[in-house]
Amino acid sequence: MSSLLIPITVFVLASFVGFEVITKVPPTLHTPLMSGSNAISGITVIGAIVAAGGANTTLATVLGFVAVAFATINVVGGFLVTDRMLEMFKHGSRG
Amino acid sequence: MNGTLEGFLYLVAAVLFILGLKRLTSPATARAGNRLAALGMLIAIVVTLFDAGVIGYGAIVAGIVVGGAVGAYLAKVVEMTAMPQLVAAFNGFGGGASALVALSALSDTGGDAGLRAYVTIGLSILIGAVTFSGSFVAFGKLQGVLPGRPVSFPGQVAADLALAATAVIGIILLGVGGLHTWAWIIMAAALVLGVTRTLPIGGADMPVVISLLNSASGLAASAAGFVIDSNALIISGALVGASGLILTNIMVKAMNRTLRNVLFSAFGGTTAAPGATDDIDKITRSASADDVAVTLGYAERVIVVPGYGLAVAQAQHVLRELAQLLEDRGVDVRYAIHPVAGRMPGHMNVLLAEADVDYDRLHDLEDVNGDFPSTDVALVVGANDVVNPSAREDPTSPIHGMPILDVDRARNVIVVKRSLSPGFAGIDNPLFYNDNTLMFFADAKAGLAEVVSAVKEL
Repeated sequence: MSSLLIPITVFVLASFVGFEVITKVPPTLHTPLMSGSNAISGITVIGAIVAAGGANTTLATVLGFVAVAFATINVVGGFLVTDRMLEMFKHGSRG
Repeated sequence: MNGTLEGFLYLVAAVLFILGLKRLTSPATARAGNRLAALGMLIAIVVTLFDAGVIGYGAIVAGIVVGGAVGAYLAKVVEMTAMPQLVAAFNGFGGGASALVALSALSDTGGDAGLRAYVTIGLSILIGAVTFSGSFVAFGKLQGVLPGRPVSFPGQVAADLALAATAVIGIILLGVGGLHTWAWIIMAAALVLGVTRTLPIGGADMPVVISLLNSASGLAASAAGFVIDSNALIISGALVGASGLILTNIMVKAMNRTLRNVLFSAFGGTTAAPGATDDIDKITRSASADDVAVTLGYAERVIVVPGYGLAVAQAQHVLRELAQLLEDRGVDVRYAIHPVAGRMPGHMNVLLAEADVDYDRLHDLEDVNGDFPSTDVALVVGANDVVNPSAREDPTSPIHGMPILDVDRARNVIVVKRSLSPGFAGIDNPLFYNDNTLMFFADAKAGLAEVVSAVKEL
Protein backbone atom coordinates (compact mmCIF):
# COMPACT_ATOMS: atom_id res chain seq x y z
CA MET A 1 0.00 0.00 0.00
CA SER A 2 2.88 2.37 0.67
CA SER A 3 3.39 2.72 -3.08
CA LEU A 4 -0.17 4.03 -3.33
CA LEU A 5 0.40 6.47 -0.49
CA ILE A 6 2.83 8.57 -2.51
CA PRO A 7 0.48 9.36 -5.42
CA ILE A 8 -2.35 9.99 -2.96
CA THR A 9 -0.13 12.44 -1.06
CA VAL A 10 0.70 14.23 -4.30
CA PHE A 11 -3.00 14.36 -5.21
CA VAL A 12 -4.12 15.77 -1.86
CA LEU A 13 -1.39 18.41 -1.70
CA ALA A 14 -2.00 19.47 -5.31
CA SER A 15 -5.72 19.81 -4.56
CA PHE A 16 -4.92 22.23 -1.74
CA VAL A 17 -2.65 24.24 -4.03
CA GLY A 18 -5.50 24.33 -6.55
CA PHE A 19 -8.00 25.58 -3.98
CA GLU A 20 -5.61 28.28 -2.75
CA VAL A 21 -4.73 29.57 -6.21
CA ILE A 22 -8.15 29.36 -7.80
CA THR A 23 -10.13 30.92 -4.96
CA LYS A 24 -8.30 34.14 -5.83
CA VAL A 25 -9.46 34.21 -9.45
CA PRO A 26 -12.05 37.01 -9.83
CA PRO A 27 -15.52 36.17 -11.26
CA THR A 28 -14.74 38.25 -14.37
CA LEU A 29 -12.24 35.58 -15.39
CA HIS A 30 -14.22 32.49 -14.48
CA THR A 31 -14.97 31.47 -18.06
CA PRO A 32 -11.32 31.73 -19.20
CA LEU A 33 -10.37 29.96 -15.97
CA MET A 34 -12.67 27.15 -16.89
CA SER A 35 -11.48 26.77 -20.48
CA GLY A 36 -7.84 27.22 -19.45
CA SER A 37 -7.99 24.69 -16.63
CA ASN A 38 -9.87 22.44 -19.00
CA ALA A 39 -6.90 22.64 -21.37
CA ILE A 40 -4.62 21.71 -18.47
CA SER A 41 -6.72 18.62 -17.79
CA GLY A 42 -5.79 17.64 -21.34
CA ILE A 43 -2.44 16.66 -19.75
CA THR A 44 -3.85 13.19 -20.12
CA VAL A 45 -2.39 13.55 -23.63
CA ILE A 46 0.94 12.34 -22.27
CA GLY A 47 -0.70 9.12 -21.12
CA ALA A 48 -2.32 8.87 -24.53
CA ILE A 49 1.03 9.33 -26.29
CA VAL A 50 2.61 6.54 -24.25
CA ALA A 51 -0.42 4.34 -24.98
CA ALA A 52 -0.38 5.06 -28.73
CA GLY A 53 3.39 4.77 -29.04
CA GLY A 54 3.76 1.55 -27.11
CA ALA A 55 0.78 -0.29 -28.54
CA ASN A 56 1.45 -3.69 -30.03
CA THR A 57 -2.05 -4.78 -31.03
CA THR A 58 -4.34 -3.16 -33.57
CA LEU A 59 -6.98 -2.49 -30.93
CA ALA A 60 -4.44 -0.82 -28.64
CA THR A 61 -3.14 1.29 -31.54
CA VAL A 62 -6.66 2.44 -32.43
CA LEU A 63 -7.47 3.22 -28.81
CA GLY A 64 -4.18 5.10 -28.52
CA PHE A 65 -4.83 7.10 -31.66
CA VAL A 66 -8.33 8.10 -30.52
CA ALA A 67 -7.00 8.98 -27.06
CA VAL A 68 -4.26 11.21 -28.51
CA ALA A 69 -6.75 12.88 -30.86
CA PHE A 70 -9.30 13.53 -28.08
CA ALA A 71 -6.70 14.85 -25.65
CA THR A 72 -5.12 17.06 -28.32
CA ILE A 73 -8.50 18.61 -29.18
CA ASN A 74 -8.81 19.37 -25.48
CA VAL A 75 -5.30 20.85 -25.18
CA VAL A 76 -5.04 22.82 -28.42
CA GLY A 77 -8.66 23.98 -28.48
CA GLY A 78 -8.64 24.85 -24.79
CA PHE A 79 -5.51 26.99 -24.80
CA LEU A 80 -6.38 28.73 -28.09
CA VAL A 81 -9.94 29.62 -27.13
CA THR A 82 -8.75 30.87 -23.74
CA ASP A 83 -6.19 33.05 -25.46
CA ARG A 84 -8.88 34.35 -27.81
CA MET A 85 -11.08 35.32 -24.87
CA LEU A 86 -8.33 36.87 -22.79
CA GLU A 87 -7.24 38.98 -25.72
CA MET A 88 -10.64 40.68 -25.55
CA PHE A 89 -10.25 41.72 -21.92
CA LYS A 90 -9.03 45.26 -22.39
CA HIS A 91 -8.41 48.15 -20.15
CA GLY A 92 -8.19 51.88 -20.77
CA SER A 93 -8.95 51.82 -24.49
CA ARG A 94 -12.38 53.38 -24.69
CA GLY A 95 -13.74 52.94 -28.18
CA MET B 1 15.83 10.26 -21.92
CA ASN B 2 16.87 9.33 -18.42
CA GLY B 3 14.12 8.89 -15.85
CA THR B 4 15.28 11.54 -13.38
CA LEU B 5 15.53 14.26 -16.01
CA GLU B 6 12.15 13.23 -17.39
CA GLY B 7 10.58 13.40 -13.92
CA PHE B 8 12.16 16.80 -13.33
CA LEU B 9 10.82 18.21 -16.59
CA TYR B 10 7.31 16.96 -15.76
CA LEU B 11 7.65 18.80 -12.45
CA VAL B 12 8.62 21.94 -14.36
CA ALA B 13 5.46 21.52 -16.46
CA ALA B 14 3.31 21.18 -13.33
CA VAL B 15 4.90 24.28 -11.79
CA LEU B 16 4.21 26.22 -15.00
CA PHE B 17 0.53 25.17 -14.76
CA ILE B 18 0.34 26.50 -11.20
CA LEU B 19 2.12 29.76 -12.10
CA GLY B 20 -0.16 30.11 -15.12
CA LEU B 21 -3.27 29.69 -13.00
CA LYS B 22 -1.87 32.22 -10.49
CA ARG B 23 -1.66 34.81 -13.24
CA LEU B 24 -5.32 34.26 -14.02
CA THR B 25 -6.07 36.20 -10.84
CA SER B 26 -5.91 39.48 -12.79
CA PRO B 27 -7.12 40.35 -16.29
CA ALA B 28 -3.85 42.22 -16.87
CA THR B 29 -1.68 39.11 -16.46
CA ALA B 30 -4.17 36.41 -17.44
CA ARG B 31 -3.14 36.08 -21.08
CA ALA B 32 0.51 35.60 -20.17
CA GLY B 33 -0.60 33.04 -17.58
CA ASN B 34 -2.49 31.02 -20.15
CA ARG B 35 0.59 31.02 -22.39
CA LEU B 36 2.75 29.89 -19.49
CA ALA B 37 0.42 26.95 -18.91
CA ALA B 38 0.51 26.15 -22.64
CA LEU B 39 4.32 26.19 -22.48
CA GLY B 40 4.14 23.73 -19.59
CA MET B 41 1.97 21.48 -21.73
CA LEU B 42 4.39 21.71 -24.65
CA ILE B 43 7.29 20.69 -22.39
CA ALA B 44 5.31 17.74 -21.03
CA ILE B 45 4.38 16.56 -24.53
CA VAL B 46 7.92 16.85 -25.92
CA VAL B 47 9.38 15.00 -22.93
CA THR B 48 6.85 12.22 -23.44
CA LEU B 49 7.69 11.89 -27.11
CA PHE B 50 11.22 10.93 -26.03
CA ASP B 51 9.87 8.36 -23.59
CA ALA B 52 11.64 5.01 -23.85
CA GLY B 53 8.28 3.20 -24.04
CA VAL B 54 7.35 4.97 -27.26
CA ILE B 55 8.39 2.76 -30.13
CA GLY B 56 6.07 3.82 -32.96
CA TYR B 57 5.13 7.37 -33.88
CA GLY B 58 2.48 6.77 -36.55
CA ALA B 59 -0.59 6.75 -34.29
CA ILE B 60 0.81 9.61 -32.18
CA VAL B 61 1.49 11.93 -35.10
CA ALA B 62 -1.87 11.11 -36.69
CA GLY B 63 -3.68 11.77 -33.40
CA ILE B 64 -1.90 15.05 -32.77
CA VAL B 65 -2.51 16.27 -36.33
CA VAL B 66 -6.21 15.35 -36.33
CA GLY B 67 -6.85 16.53 -32.76
CA GLY B 68 -4.82 19.72 -33.19
CA ALA B 69 -6.67 20.65 -36.38
CA VAL B 70 -10.11 19.98 -34.90
CA GLY B 71 -9.27 21.81 -31.65
CA ALA B 72 -7.79 24.84 -33.42
CA TYR B 73 -10.72 25.04 -35.80
CA LEU B 74 -13.33 24.88 -33.02
CA ALA B 75 -11.45 27.46 -30.94
CA LYS B 76 -11.28 29.83 -33.90
CA VAL B 77 -14.85 29.68 -35.15
CA VAL B 78 -16.82 29.47 -31.89
CA GLU B 79 -19.15 32.35 -31.10
CA MET B 80 -18.67 33.74 -27.60
CA THR B 81 -22.32 32.98 -26.85
CA ALA B 82 -21.59 29.32 -27.63
CA MET B 83 -18.65 29.13 -25.22
CA PRO B 84 -20.51 26.97 -22.66
CA GLN B 85 -21.15 24.18 -25.13
CA LEU B 86 -17.61 24.35 -26.47
CA VAL B 87 -16.18 23.99 -22.98
CA ALA B 88 -18.62 21.14 -22.37
CA ALA B 89 -17.37 19.40 -25.52
CA PHE B 90 -13.72 19.93 -24.55
CA ASN B 91 -14.46 18.49 -21.10
CA GLY B 92 -15.97 15.49 -22.83
CA PHE B 93 -12.94 14.92 -25.06
CA GLY B 94 -10.61 15.17 -22.05
CA GLY B 95 -12.68 12.71 -20.03
CA GLY B 96 -12.92 10.33 -22.98
CA ALA B 97 -9.15 10.46 -23.50
CA SER B 98 -8.54 9.61 -19.82
CA ALA B 99 -10.87 6.61 -20.03
CA LEU B 100 -9.10 5.40 -23.18
CA VAL B 101 -5.67 5.78 -21.56
CA ALA B 102 -6.86 3.50 -18.75
CA LEU B 103 -8.36 0.99 -21.20
CA SER B 104 -5.17 0.83 -23.16
CA ALA B 105 -3.06 0.48 -19.99
CA LEU B 106 -5.27 -2.51 -19.24
CA SER B 107 -4.49 -4.18 -22.55
CA ASP B 108 -0.78 -3.74 -21.76
CA THR B 109 -1.02 -5.54 -18.42
CA GLY B 110 -1.49 -8.97 -19.91
CA GLY B 111 -3.75 -10.07 -17.09
CA ASP B 112 -1.59 -10.05 -13.95
CA ALA B 113 -1.32 -6.43 -12.94
CA GLY B 114 -2.44 -6.70 -9.32
CA LEU B 115 -5.30 -5.27 -7.35
CA ARG B 116 -4.09 -1.68 -7.23
CA ALA B 117 -3.54 -1.37 -10.98
CA TYR B 118 -6.93 -2.89 -11.80
CA VAL B 119 -8.85 -0.75 -9.33
CA THR B 120 -7.24 2.49 -10.54
CA ILE B 121 -7.89 1.43 -14.13
CA GLY B 122 -11.54 0.70 -13.35
CA LEU B 123 -12.02 4.00 -11.51
CA SER B 124 -10.32 5.89 -14.29
CA ILE B 125 -12.60 4.32 -16.90
CA LEU B 126 -15.66 5.08 -14.77
CA ILE B 127 -14.87 8.77 -14.18
CA GLY B 128 -13.62 9.35 -17.71
CA ALA B 129 -16.60 7.71 -19.40
CA VAL B 130 -19.19 9.49 -17.23
CA THR B 131 -17.45 12.79 -18.01
CA PHE B 132 -17.44 11.95 -21.71
CA SER B 133 -21.11 11.09 -22.15
CA GLY B 134 -22.37 13.61 -19.56
CA SER B 135 -20.46 16.41 -21.27
CA PHE B 136 -21.87 15.60 -24.67
CA VAL B 137 -25.42 15.53 -23.33
CA ALA B 138 -24.74 18.95 -21.75
CA PHE B 139 -23.33 20.07 -25.12
CA GLY B 140 -26.48 18.86 -26.87
CA LYS B 141 -28.75 20.71 -24.45
CA LEU B 142 -26.80 23.96 -24.73
CA GLN B 143 -26.54 23.71 -28.51
CA GLY B 144 -30.27 23.03 -28.77
CA VAL B 145 -29.77 19.58 -30.33
CA LEU B 146 -31.33 17.98 -27.25
CA PRO B 147 -34.30 19.46 -25.36
CA GLY B 148 -33.16 21.98 -22.75
CA ARG B 149 -35.98 21.03 -20.40
CA PRO B 150 -35.34 18.29 -17.85
CA VAL B 151 -35.97 14.87 -19.41
CA SER B 152 -36.89 12.24 -16.88
CA PHE B 153 -38.54 8.83 -16.98
CA PRO B 154 -40.11 6.60 -14.34
CA GLY B 155 -37.63 4.60 -12.32
CA GLN B 156 -34.79 6.92 -13.27
CA VAL B 157 -33.17 6.99 -9.85
CA ALA B 158 -33.38 3.20 -9.60
CA ALA B 159 -31.82 2.88 -13.05
CA ASP B 160 -29.01 5.28 -12.08
CA LEU B 161 -28.35 3.32 -8.90
CA ALA B 162 -28.30 0.06 -10.83
CA LEU B 163 -25.81 1.50 -13.34
CA ALA B 164 -23.59 2.90 -10.60
CA ALA B 165 -23.72 -0.42 -8.75
CA THR B 166 -22.80 -2.28 -11.94
CA ALA B 167 -19.77 -0.03 -12.41
CA VAL B 168 -18.63 -0.43 -8.79
CA ILE B 169 -19.08 -4.20 -8.83
CA GLY B 170 -17.26 -4.25 -12.15
CA ILE B 171 -14.31 -2.38 -10.59
CA ILE B 172 -14.19 -4.84 -7.69
CA LEU B 173 -14.36 -7.89 -9.96
CA LEU B 174 -11.79 -6.43 -12.34
CA GLY B 175 -9.54 -5.88 -9.33
CA VAL B 176 -9.98 -9.38 -8.00
CA GLY B 177 -9.95 -11.45 -11.17
CA GLY B 178 -8.35 -9.23 -13.77
CA LEU B 179 -10.89 -10.27 -16.40
CA HIS B 180 -10.79 -7.56 -19.08
CA THR B 181 -14.46 -7.98 -20.00
CA TRP B 182 -15.28 -6.11 -16.80
CA ALA B 183 -13.49 -3.03 -18.11
CA TRP B 184 -15.86 -2.90 -21.06
CA ILE B 185 -18.86 -3.42 -18.79
CA ILE B 186 -17.69 -0.57 -16.53
CA MET B 187 -17.25 1.57 -19.63
CA ALA B 188 -20.73 0.80 -20.94
CA ALA B 189 -22.43 1.38 -17.57
CA ALA B 190 -20.52 4.65 -17.09
CA LEU B 191 -21.42 5.92 -20.56
CA VAL B 192 -25.12 5.27 -19.98
CA LEU B 193 -24.91 6.74 -16.48
CA GLY B 194 -23.44 9.99 -17.83
CA VAL B 195 -26.47 10.29 -20.14
CA THR B 196 -29.18 9.41 -17.62
CA ARG B 197 -27.61 11.65 -14.98
CA THR B 198 -27.38 14.73 -17.23
CA LEU B 199 -30.66 14.46 -19.18
CA PRO B 200 -32.90 15.31 -16.18
CA ILE B 201 -31.03 18.55 -15.50
CA GLY B 202 -32.61 21.62 -17.04
CA GLY B 203 -30.97 24.20 -19.30
CA ALA B 204 -30.94 26.87 -16.61
CA ASP B 205 -28.87 24.66 -14.33
CA MET B 206 -26.17 24.12 -16.94
CA PRO B 207 -23.67 26.49 -15.23
CA VAL B 208 -23.57 24.02 -12.35
CA VAL B 209 -23.34 20.98 -14.60
CA ILE B 210 -20.51 22.39 -16.69
CA SER B 211 -18.54 23.33 -13.59
CA LEU B 212 -19.05 19.88 -12.17
CA LEU B 213 -18.03 18.17 -15.41
CA ASN B 214 -14.98 20.43 -15.53
CA SER B 215 -14.06 19.11 -12.11
CA ALA B 216 -14.75 15.56 -13.28
CA SER B 217 -12.47 15.95 -16.31
CA GLY B 218 -9.70 16.94 -13.88
CA LEU B 219 -10.38 13.97 -11.64
CA ALA B 220 -10.38 11.71 -14.70
CA ALA B 221 -6.89 12.99 -15.60
CA SER B 222 -5.75 12.42 -12.01
CA ALA B 223 -7.16 8.90 -12.03
CA ALA B 224 -5.32 8.20 -15.28
CA GLY B 225 -2.22 9.53 -13.50
CA PHE B 226 -2.65 6.88 -10.81
CA VAL B 227 -2.91 4.25 -13.55
CA ILE B 228 0.27 5.21 -15.39
CA ASP B 229 2.12 6.43 -12.27
CA SER B 230 2.49 9.98 -13.49
CA ASN B 231 2.81 12.84 -11.00
CA ALA B 232 2.28 15.33 -13.82
CA LEU B 233 -1.19 13.92 -14.48
CA ILE B 234 -2.05 13.60 -10.81
CA ILE B 235 -1.05 17.20 -10.02
CA SER B 236 -2.67 18.81 -13.06
CA GLY B 237 -5.83 16.77 -12.64
CA ALA B 238 -6.07 17.75 -8.98
CA LEU B 239 -5.68 21.46 -9.86
CA VAL B 240 -8.53 21.24 -12.36
CA GLY B 241 -10.64 19.12 -10.03
CA ALA B 242 -10.31 21.79 -7.35
CA SER B 243 -11.06 24.58 -9.80
CA GLY B 244 -14.23 22.88 -11.01
CA LEU B 245 -15.43 22.26 -7.47
CA ILE B 246 -14.91 25.90 -6.47
CA LEU B 247 -16.88 27.09 -9.49
CA THR B 248 -19.61 24.52 -8.86
CA ASN B 249 -19.95 25.79 -5.32
CA ILE B 250 -20.13 29.43 -6.44
CA MET B 251 -22.82 28.63 -9.02
CA VAL B 252 -24.91 26.57 -6.62
CA LYS B 253 -24.83 29.37 -4.03
CA ALA B 254 -25.68 32.02 -6.61
CA MET B 255 -28.76 30.03 -7.59
CA ASN B 256 -29.79 29.46 -3.99
CA ARG B 257 -29.72 25.72 -4.51
CA THR B 258 -27.92 22.71 -3.20
CA LEU B 259 -25.90 20.45 -5.45
CA ARG B 260 -28.22 17.60 -4.55
CA ASN B 261 -31.21 19.67 -5.57
CA VAL B 262 -29.65 20.62 -8.92
CA LEU B 263 -28.72 17.03 -9.72
CA PHE B 264 -31.85 15.27 -8.62
CA SER B 265 -34.86 17.58 -8.76
CA ALA B 266 -35.35 18.05 -12.53
CA PHE B 267 -35.93 21.71 -11.77
CA GLY B 268 -34.24 24.09 -14.20
CA GLY B 269 -35.74 25.13 -17.48
CA THR B 270 -39.35 24.51 -16.52
CA THR B 271 -40.91 27.59 -18.00
CA ALA B 272 -43.67 28.34 -15.59
CA ALA B 273 -47.36 27.99 -16.11
CA PRO B 274 -48.38 31.07 -18.10
CA GLY B 275 -51.21 31.88 -15.70
CA ALA B 276 -48.78 32.33 -12.83
CA THR B 277 -49.13 36.10 -12.72
CA ASP B 278 -51.97 37.18 -10.46
CA ASP B 279 -53.91 39.90 -12.12
CA ILE B 280 -54.98 42.02 -9.17
CA ASP B 281 -54.04 45.68 -9.12
CA LYS B 282 -50.71 45.27 -10.70
CA ILE B 283 -49.94 48.33 -12.70
CA THR B 284 -46.71 48.81 -14.54
CA ARG B 285 -45.40 52.11 -15.84
CA SER B 286 -44.62 51.50 -19.44
CA ALA B 287 -42.12 53.75 -21.18
CA SER B 288 -41.15 54.66 -24.73
CA ALA B 289 -37.62 54.74 -26.11
CA ASP B 290 -37.67 58.54 -25.74
CA ASP B 291 -38.60 58.31 -22.04
CA VAL B 292 -35.76 55.85 -21.50
CA ALA B 293 -33.32 58.07 -23.39
CA VAL B 294 -34.26 61.13 -21.30
CA THR B 295 -34.00 59.24 -18.00
CA LEU B 296 -30.60 57.83 -18.93
CA GLY B 297 -29.25 60.89 -20.71
CA TYR B 298 -29.79 63.23 -17.77
CA ALA B 299 -28.59 60.81 -15.08
CA GLU B 300 -25.24 61.09 -13.34
CA ARG B 301 -24.74 57.45 -12.41
CA VAL B 302 -26.10 54.46 -14.28
CA ILE B 303 -25.59 50.79 -13.48
CA VAL B 304 -26.45 48.32 -16.25
CA VAL B 305 -27.61 44.85 -15.20
CA PRO B 306 -27.30 42.47 -18.17
CA GLY B 307 -28.95 39.07 -18.12
CA TYR B 308 -28.95 36.09 -20.43
CA GLY B 309 -31.75 37.65 -22.50
CA LEU B 310 -29.19 40.23 -23.61
CA ALA B 311 -26.94 37.52 -25.01
CA VAL B 312 -29.84 35.69 -26.64
CA ALA B 313 -30.81 38.89 -28.42
CA GLN B 314 -27.15 39.54 -29.34
CA ALA B 315 -27.60 43.03 -27.88
CA GLN B 316 -24.24 43.41 -26.13
CA HIS B 317 -22.77 45.54 -28.92
CA VAL B 318 -25.65 47.99 -29.10
CA LEU B 319 -25.62 48.16 -25.29
CA ARG B 320 -21.97 49.11 -25.42
CA GLU B 321 -22.79 51.78 -28.05
CA LEU B 322 -25.45 53.20 -25.73
CA ALA B 323 -23.02 53.20 -22.80
CA GLN B 324 -20.44 55.04 -24.92
CA LEU B 325 -22.98 57.72 -25.90
CA LEU B 326 -23.95 58.18 -22.27
CA GLU B 327 -20.32 58.42 -21.18
CA ASP B 328 -19.75 61.08 -23.82
CA ARG B 329 -22.53 63.03 -22.12
CA GLY B 330 -20.70 62.69 -18.80
CA VAL B 331 -22.80 59.89 -17.37
CA ASP B 332 -20.91 57.36 -15.27
CA VAL B 333 -21.87 53.92 -16.61
CA ARG B 334 -20.93 50.67 -14.87
CA TYR B 335 -22.10 47.07 -15.16
CA ALA B 336 -23.30 44.78 -12.38
CA ILE B 337 -22.84 41.11 -13.18
CA HIS B 338 -24.71 38.42 -11.28
CA PRO B 339 -22.73 35.16 -11.02
CA VAL B 340 -25.36 33.29 -13.05
CA ALA B 341 -25.98 36.04 -15.61
CA GLY B 342 -24.73 33.74 -18.38
CA ARG B 343 -24.78 30.04 -19.14
CA MET B 344 -21.48 29.34 -17.41
CA PRO B 345 -19.45 31.07 -14.69
CA GLY B 346 -18.15 34.42 -15.96
CA HIS B 347 -19.90 34.06 -19.32
CA MET B 348 -21.47 37.54 -19.30
CA ASN B 349 -18.09 39.13 -18.61
CA VAL B 350 -16.68 37.49 -21.73
CA LEU B 351 -19.66 38.64 -23.81
CA LEU B 352 -19.18 42.22 -22.64
CA ALA B 353 -15.42 42.03 -23.10
CA GLU B 354 -16.10 40.98 -26.68
CA ALA B 355 -18.19 44.14 -27.08
CA ASP B 356 -15.12 46.15 -25.89
CA VAL B 357 -16.38 46.98 -22.44
CA ASP B 358 -13.47 47.84 -20.14
CA TYR B 359 -13.16 45.10 -17.52
CA ASP B 360 -12.75 47.73 -14.79
CA ARG B 361 -16.40 48.66 -15.36
CA LEU B 362 -17.64 45.15 -14.68
CA HIS B 363 -18.56 44.67 -11.03
CA ASP B 364 -19.44 41.60 -8.99
CA LEU B 365 -22.57 41.36 -6.93
CA GLU B 366 -20.81 41.92 -3.58
CA ASP B 367 -18.87 44.95 -4.83
CA VAL B 368 -21.73 46.77 -6.45
CA ASN B 369 -24.81 46.08 -4.33
CA GLY B 370 -24.07 48.86 -1.84
CA ASP B 371 -23.92 51.38 -4.71
CA PHE B 372 -27.52 51.08 -5.93
CA PRO B 373 -29.02 53.59 -3.42
CA SER B 374 -26.69 56.28 -4.80
CA THR B 375 -27.42 55.32 -8.41
CA ASP B 376 -29.77 57.38 -10.56
CA VAL B 377 -30.77 54.65 -12.97
CA ALA B 378 -30.43 50.88 -12.87
CA LEU B 379 -30.90 49.61 -16.43
CA VAL B 380 -31.96 45.96 -16.42
CA VAL B 381 -31.64 44.25 -19.81
CA GLY B 382 -32.81 40.67 -20.23
CA ALA B 383 -32.50 39.78 -16.55
CA ASN B 384 -35.35 38.77 -14.28
CA ASP B 385 -34.89 36.40 -11.35
CA VAL B 386 -31.52 37.86 -10.40
CA VAL B 387 -33.15 41.25 -9.71
CA ASN B 388 -36.30 39.93 -8.05
CA PRO B 389 -36.69 41.59 -4.63
CA SER B 390 -38.85 38.65 -3.43
CA ALA B 391 -35.59 36.78 -2.95
CA ARG B 392 -34.77 39.30 -0.23
CA GLU B 393 -38.18 40.15 1.17
CA ASP B 394 -40.69 37.32 0.71
CA PRO B 395 -39.91 34.26 2.84
CA THR B 396 -42.57 32.26 0.96
CA SER B 397 -40.92 32.85 -2.43
CA PRO B 398 -39.22 29.83 -4.03
CA ILE B 399 -36.15 31.97 -4.64
CA HIS B 400 -36.06 33.41 -1.11
CA GLY B 401 -32.45 33.70 0.05
CA MET B 402 -30.96 33.78 -3.44
CA PRO B 403 -28.38 36.57 -3.70
CA ILE B 404 -29.80 39.27 -5.97
CA LEU B 405 -28.73 42.60 -7.35
CA ASP B 406 -30.62 45.24 -5.35
CA VAL B 407 -31.69 47.31 -8.36
CA ASP B 408 -34.96 48.26 -6.65
CA ARG B 409 -32.92 50.47 -4.30
CA ALA B 410 -31.78 52.69 -7.17
CA ARG B 411 -33.69 55.97 -7.67
CA ASN B 412 -35.05 54.79 -11.01
CA VAL B 413 -35.16 51.37 -12.57
CA ILE B 414 -35.61 50.76 -16.29
CA VAL B 415 -36.38 47.21 -17.31
CA VAL B 416 -35.98 46.27 -20.97
CA LYS B 417 -38.01 43.12 -21.49
CA ARG B 418 -40.24 41.64 -24.15
CA SER B 419 -43.21 41.03 -21.85
CA LEU B 420 -44.11 40.43 -18.24
CA SER B 421 -43.47 36.70 -18.57
CA PRO B 422 -41.70 35.15 -15.59
CA GLY B 423 -38.09 33.95 -15.64
CA PHE B 424 -36.66 30.47 -15.18
CA ALA B 425 -37.90 30.18 -11.61
CA GLY B 426 -41.41 30.78 -12.96
CA ILE B 427 -42.32 33.42 -10.43
CA ASP B 428 -43.67 36.92 -10.73
CA ASN B 429 -41.32 39.82 -10.15
CA PRO B 430 -42.65 42.64 -7.91
CA LEU B 431 -39.89 44.88 -9.23
CA PHE B 432 -41.93 45.42 -12.40
CA TYR B 433 -44.79 47.00 -10.44
CA ASN B 434 -42.75 49.37 -8.27
CA ASP B 435 -43.38 53.11 -8.52
CA ASN B 436 -39.77 53.79 -9.47
CA THR B 437 -39.70 51.17 -12.23
CA LEU B 438 -40.21 52.00 -15.90
CA MET B 439 -40.94 49.05 -18.16
CA PHE B 440 -39.68 49.33 -21.73
CA PHE B 441 -41.34 46.46 -23.55
CA ALA B 442 -39.08 45.57 -26.46
CA ASP B 443 -36.62 43.05 -27.81
CA ALA B 444 -33.29 43.92 -26.20
CA LYS B 445 -31.43 44.58 -29.44
CA ALA B 446 -34.15 46.50 -31.30
CA GLY B 447 -35.19 48.36 -28.14
CA LEU B 448 -31.67 49.49 -27.24
CA ALA B 449 -31.09 50.56 -30.85
CA GLU B 450 -34.15 52.84 -30.57
CA VAL B 451 -32.81 54.25 -27.30
CA VAL B 452 -29.45 54.88 -28.96
CA SER B 453 -31.07 57.00 -31.68
CA ALA B 454 -33.21 58.78 -29.09
CA VAL B 455 -30.15 59.65 -26.98
CA LYS B 456 -28.47 61.06 -30.08
CA GLU B 457 -31.46 63.41 -30.49
CA LEU B 458 -31.21 64.77 -26.95
